[in-house]
Amino acid sequence: MNMKNEAGNTDLPAPVRQDSELVQVLDAEGNVLPQASVPDLSDRELLELYETIKLARHFDQRAISFQRQGRLATYAPMTGQEGSQVATSMALAEQDWLFPTYREHAAKYAHGMELASLFEPLRGYRDGYAIPEDVNVMPEYIPIATQVPQAMGMAWGHKLQGKTDTAVLCHLGDGATSEGDFHEGLNFAGVFDVPAVFVCNNNQWAISVPRERQTASETIATKAQAYGIDSVRVDGLDPLAVYKVTSEALEKARNPAPGELRPTLIESVQYRFGAHTTADDPSVYRDESEEEAWRDRDPVDRIEKYLYNEDILDSDLESEIQDRIEQAVSEAIETAEQTETSPDNIVEHVYDDVPARLEEQRDELNRLREKYDDGAFSEVLE
Amino acid sequence: MSSTASTQSGQTVQRLALVEAIQDGLYTEMAQDDSVVVLGEDVGKNGGVFRATDQLYEEFGEDRVIDTPLAEAGIIGASIGLAQTGMKPVPEMQFMGFMYPAFDQIVSHAARLRSRSQGQYSVPMVIRAPYGGGIRAPEHHSESKEAFFVHEPGLKVVSPSTPYDAKGLLAASIHDPDPVIFLEPKLIYRAFREDVPTKPYAVSLSEAAVRREGNDISVYTWGAMTRPALIAAENLSQSHGIDAEVIDLRTLSPLDIETITDSFKKTGRAAIVHEAPKTGGLGAEIATTIQEEALVHQEAPIKRIAGFDAPMPLHSLEDYYLPQAVRIQDGIRETVDF
Repeated sequence: MNMKNEAGNTDLPAPVRQDSELVQVLDAEGNVLPQASVPDLSDRELLELYETIKLARHFDQRAISFQRQGRLATYAPMTGQEGSQVATSMALAEQDWLFPTYREHAAKYAHGMELASLFEPLRGYRDGYAIPEDVNVMPEYIPIATQVPQAMGMAWGHKLQGKTDTAVLCHLGDGATSEGDFHEGLNFAGVFDVPAVFVCNNNQWAISVPRERQTASETIATKAQAYGIDSVRVDGLDPLAVYKVTSEALEKARNPAPGELRPTLIESVQYRFGAHTTADDPSVYRDESEEEAWRDRDPVDRIEKYLYNEDILDSDLESEIQDRIEQAVSEAIETAEQTETSPDNIVEHVYDDVPARLEEQRDELNRLREKYDDGAFSEVLE
Repeated sequence: MSSTASTQSGQTVQRLALVEAIQDGLYTEMAQDDSVVVLGEDVGKNGGVFRATDQLYEEFGEDRVIDTPLAEAGIIGASIGLAQTGMKPVPEMQFMGFMYPAFDQIVSHAARLRSRSQGQYSVPMVIRAPYGGGIRAPEHHSESKEAFFVHEPGLKVVSPSTPYDAKGLLAASIHDPDPVIFLEPKLIYRAFREDVPTKPYAVSLSEAAVRREGNDISVYTWGAMTRPALIAAENLSQSHGIDAEVIDLRTLSPLDIETITDSFKKTGRAAIVHEAPKTGGLGAEIATTIQEEALVHQEAPIKRIAGFDAPMPLHSLEDYYLPQAVRIQDGIRETVDF
């Protein structure tokens, strides 16, 4: 897949360079751009895409609010990025693998994780890290770019075993492109021609450092040229465009045409409307007007307007969907808040078998719990 | 293989050096299990810079003995991914001194994927790395930093001191469901040979070996330092009648605490010999463990005979840095004469 001019029209806010190679399907009002083609999705699938994006937005708002109430620990918001997250996951086949970062809550949910399991680690329970056997999602990656060589390795392993019906999709941020692991992973991906798709969620900011300070490359997509792999640049606030390029990249990863390369780097050009995490204050490092410039292309509004334009959505259905979403998120937080776990969890899953010394340490903890009651363990910290 | 097979007490054996036993171990495991793959820099056509993967490329082909780009984080990161597909990667780090770029992949991911997925995913992987000094190597080629990895929960750390153990511990490491850091004492890669069975066998990752029995002092060591420790013990036995017990730990994490403390309860004295820097080295862990478990048996202060808290010097001074037999003898005598 070469970089191509799908829509021929880039109505972009100031922070995005005028870029004829940016793939877009919808304009800011949800109208299909001239020369753009809508991906082949049924009305039911389009509604699913919409509902999941909208759920992600609601999840995000609730999570931030719960954090402020002290009910959740530090949380990485995703407002502005839900459209790309959900669209990339919807493009995955069930057997495909997802390598998420700490911000890909919606991508994980859309590929099969339960909502409650996203809340549980934020409540301090590792139980939420448990991944169901039939869900092909890796634990979220917190150290930056470390997932890139690992995703490459999994795709490579599948290829070495002749299992090329399975692709691997790996998320990363714009800051990750500065790390050595990004280079090493993409370099390997090119050398071994693996069935992997790397999605750089270029949200313009690595905490407080702007994209321009991460790289002097004109675009992130151009970096792929150095590794001999393909790249494509897509409007990350346009879920239909993201779905389209991701589906094409995944299909090429699985079944490349003669002479085609399997791996692709997708630069999903988007914006983080909120803070990096709930511990961050973006007003310190960026101007509010920048955020405003991106607002009119909000992915939730855009897909919603498109569905109204196409008579796929009406206000009755919209409120029915909204009710369903609110209920799902409420139930998930309720489940997460009921989670209880034993301190034995500290020593579990460190090794396949618990080593004798670790068993002794657990027994010592349990002896002290018995002697002093669990309440005593928090007294010193209060 | 460089030496001829012979039959001894009904079993076929070869006289192998330690690095040849590792090669034989890799060959044996790869022949038994198609999922075992070797990858790294120069491991393929070149057979490894120390020849540890000699002939494997010719035998198993480029999809199982894989020359990768020069990139330590890439090699370990890719191996973690490979392990998720049912393969058993055995990545080689060319020298321990070049492992640091992969440190994040090892401690943040390989060691923790099991706990981070609450048991759903694991990383059955054996990271091989030649380590230690004494071979007149350039800077950064003589590191002995096993304590970094011993300190990280989720990893196992192994270091053989004999060809027999090298093959058997490597087999056990490859069979282990958790990631293993397999540290090869390159000083003794070719120092001596011993009989190594051609058949597959494993040496348990949970047992230290008593290399020499004695009653006066317990000397704890591993890897390349096992030989000078044994030489020192023999010398002192002849010159001063000191009867030292020498324990080769073999597996550095998890430690065989029972063998360590049982020996100390018998002798009441301990010297720990390692070439890594003294401060924060594994010797400190062993000394403290002994005190926690067997203080009432203690007859003398516990002695550490170790490398200095300084970067490994270039070769003109490395003999002063490494615990040689004379330093070990001196430390043992000081402890016994306390």
